[in-house]
Amino acid sequence: MSAPGENYINWEKGIWSWLSTIDHKRIALMYFYTILGFFVLGGFFAIMLRTELFTAEAMFMNGNEYNRAMTLHGSLMVFMVIVPGIPALLGNFALPLMIGAKDVAFPKLNLLSWYLLIGGAFIALLSLFWGGVDTGWTFYTPYSSKSADAVTLVVFGAFIMGLSSIVTGLNFLVTIHKLRAPGMTMMRMPLFVWSLYATAIMQVLASPVLGITLLLIVAERVFGVGIFDPNLGGDPVLFQHFFWFYSHPAVYIMIVPAFGVVSEVIATFSQKTIFGYKAIAFSSLAIAFISFLVWGHHMFVSGQSDLAASIFSILTMLVGVPTAIKLFNWIATLYKGQISLDTPMIWTLCLMSNFTIGGVTGLFLAAFATDVHLHDTYFIVAHFHYTMLGGALTGLFSGLYYWFPKMTGRKYHEMQGRIAAIIVFIGFNATFIPQFIMGSQGMPRRYHTYDGIFAPYHMASTIGSYILAFGFLFAIYILIRDMFKGEKTDEKNPWGGTTLEWTTQTPPIHTNFEETPIVTGSPYEYR
Amino acid sequence: MSTDKVDRRVDHSFHFESSIHEHESGKQGVWLFMATEVMMFGALFTAYFMYRGKYFESWVEGGALLDWKMGAINTVVLLFSSFTMALAVRETQLGNNKKALKLVVVTTICAFAFLVIKYFEYSGKIHHGLFPSEAMWNYDAQTSNLRLFMVVYFIMTGLHGIHILIGIVLMFWLMKRLKNEEFSKDYYTAVEGVGLYWHIVDLIWIYLFPLMYLI
Repeated sequence: MSAPGENYINWEKGIWSWLSTIDHKRIALMYFYTILGFFVLGGFFAIMLRTELFTAEAMFMNGNEYNRAMTLHGSLMVFMVIVPGIPALLGNFALPLMIGAKDVAFPKLNLLSWYLLIGGAFIALLSLFWGGVDTGWTFYTPYSSKSADAVTLVVFGAFIMGLSSIVTGLNFLVTIHKLRAPGMTMMRMPLFVWSLYATAIMQVLASPVLGITLLLIVAERVFGVGIFDPNLGGDPVLFQHFFWFYSHPAVYIMIVPAFGVVSEVIATFSQKTIFGYKAIAFSSLAIAFISFLVWGHHMFVSGQSDLAASIFSILTMLVGVPTAIKLFNWIATLYKGQISLDTPMIWTLCLMSNFTIGGVTGLFLAAFATDVHLHDTYFIVAHFHYTMLGGALTGLFSGLYYWFPKMTGRKYHEMQGRIAAIIVFIGFNATFIPQFIMGSQGMPRRYHTYDGIFAPYHMASTIGSYILAFGFLFAIYILIRDMFKGEKTDEKNPWGGTTLEWTTQTPPIHTNFEETPIVTGSPYEYR
Repeated sequence: MSTDKVDRRVDHSFHFESSIHEHESGKQGVWLFMATEVMMFGALFTAYFMYRGKYFESWVEGGALLDWKMGAINTVVLLFSSFTMALAVRETQLGNNKKALKLVVVTTICAFAFLVIKYFEYSGKIHHGLFPSEAMWNYDAQTSNLRLFMVVYFIMTGLHGIHILIGIVLMFWLMKRLKNEEFSKDYYTAVEGVGLYWHIVDLIWIYLFPLMYLI
């Protein structure tokens, strides 16, 4: 039994009690600051890029500087923000609570995973002292093995961060297998847990391939032994195969947890049993499975055979099926629900509309005849920002606001939260809709100057990006301010949710539950 | 408090229900880690087979350059070390920390022997100018892509060698804990976990040996 008023935040004191903590909730809070810090830094580079692109001529960056800012933006956002974002931050906090466990299966590994992320990020960001890296976040060979920039550092840092991702995934898989409360069968798990489960499978099986691929680049640069080196008969396209074998599942590592957040938020804020529980749960697994078979759609113009391209094209379109199943079930859940438009729900509705655009444009790109025209244009840039920023990151913020009272024991400013979400939505669409248009007209990506006919679109996009940046900074400001200054609350269940994390004290005690809960029914028994 | 050091011979960590529960979870974690190893080496085996299909002659020439006798000795050494490791796990399960310690020492000696033999192999290759970097390559190859074979050879066996080194570090960790009699009939997760790791390192070599040296 714990003393009254004691919770996981105040039961130990001092900076060292945080840095050496093995409490999953404290580790989640450490991820909170880390990931939001990286997000602001990555966003800073994005704003530099957009500002440079405001005019058709070079403004304050030359081509090389532009490439470096672009690489840092991409690498930061992918490896340090979106991949760890929902699993390591929200998953760490919510997963054990949702399944009625006292902690994750391997608490020390959980802490190690945070240190690996920090260490990897530190190594990668050291490259800034050498001016950065100009390869793009995909590190395509042979350029990445020849570039004079500090590629080795960034690649090695990404390798370490990959380890962090593997460790988190492995930990979550064992936690979900072994630590569910009595009575919680797999089919009684909340859908966020299902989405983390599918994500963890992909993290464990795909990340090692990225790891070895990145080490091969390091070997080529440091020892001069190049497995992809065309001078020796090596095949640079093999690098692309390896890279996308990880990096395509990786985009589902990024988005599937966001789907999980949506499933929770939709049910809670409609006060209605989720429609099609099994369909949503299994569609996560289906996405995880198909994700391993579609990597070739990144390589339609890399010289693979027409047969391979056709097969990858068809398989890619298959991903649309489980994704659409999710979307339809969410809409069916909304139908005749008691919808309350609180901040998490607004983020979630934004996600649903953004992701629909991102998903459908993905089908254009899956058709390989269309892709040949749209490849390496701003159409692609807009498409993956609609899925990654409009999808994954929007889901992250939805979840942050959703679990904020439980995490901190404080309320955030509701009206400001809503306004921030809406500003982000407006800014986001203002930034990326023009990119769809100019991309379809042939504006290539990764150029720091461009033909004047695209100037109006670029200007609109840049102005939109300022609105977007303001919205996100506002949303982060609210979270951090109210973490310390918000109105205190010990309400166990502010939203009327039905999953287990809402049955324990707010904020939870160190061991999560005074008594291990016993589960007798499905997680969404509203009415 | 739950973060205090747990004596796992008689107790389990606070978030598990029983020692068996904790053991099973730990073991599952190790198995999942094995899966990541398979995926990581899987990529390299893919590269091996792809290039083998493309440059068959070079692969034949390269395979003939390797010393199959040394490879065979190393295979026997590793297989024997896997055997002693398995015995060590069994003895720990029976609660015989002292016997297990001796077996782990034998396993570690085998691991060192493997690395010593590997060192002689590597230095022989480097001496003949077969290390495939730009600066060190100095070999009159019969076929056009021999250097690529040597790249694949050094990277795959090198990564495997790193795994042996990690294994040795883990063995010393086990030795310290076995010496302190930290294991019991109810708690032997660490020994079994390292044992599983050692078997996968062995298993990868079982594939590397014929693919590199024999065929």
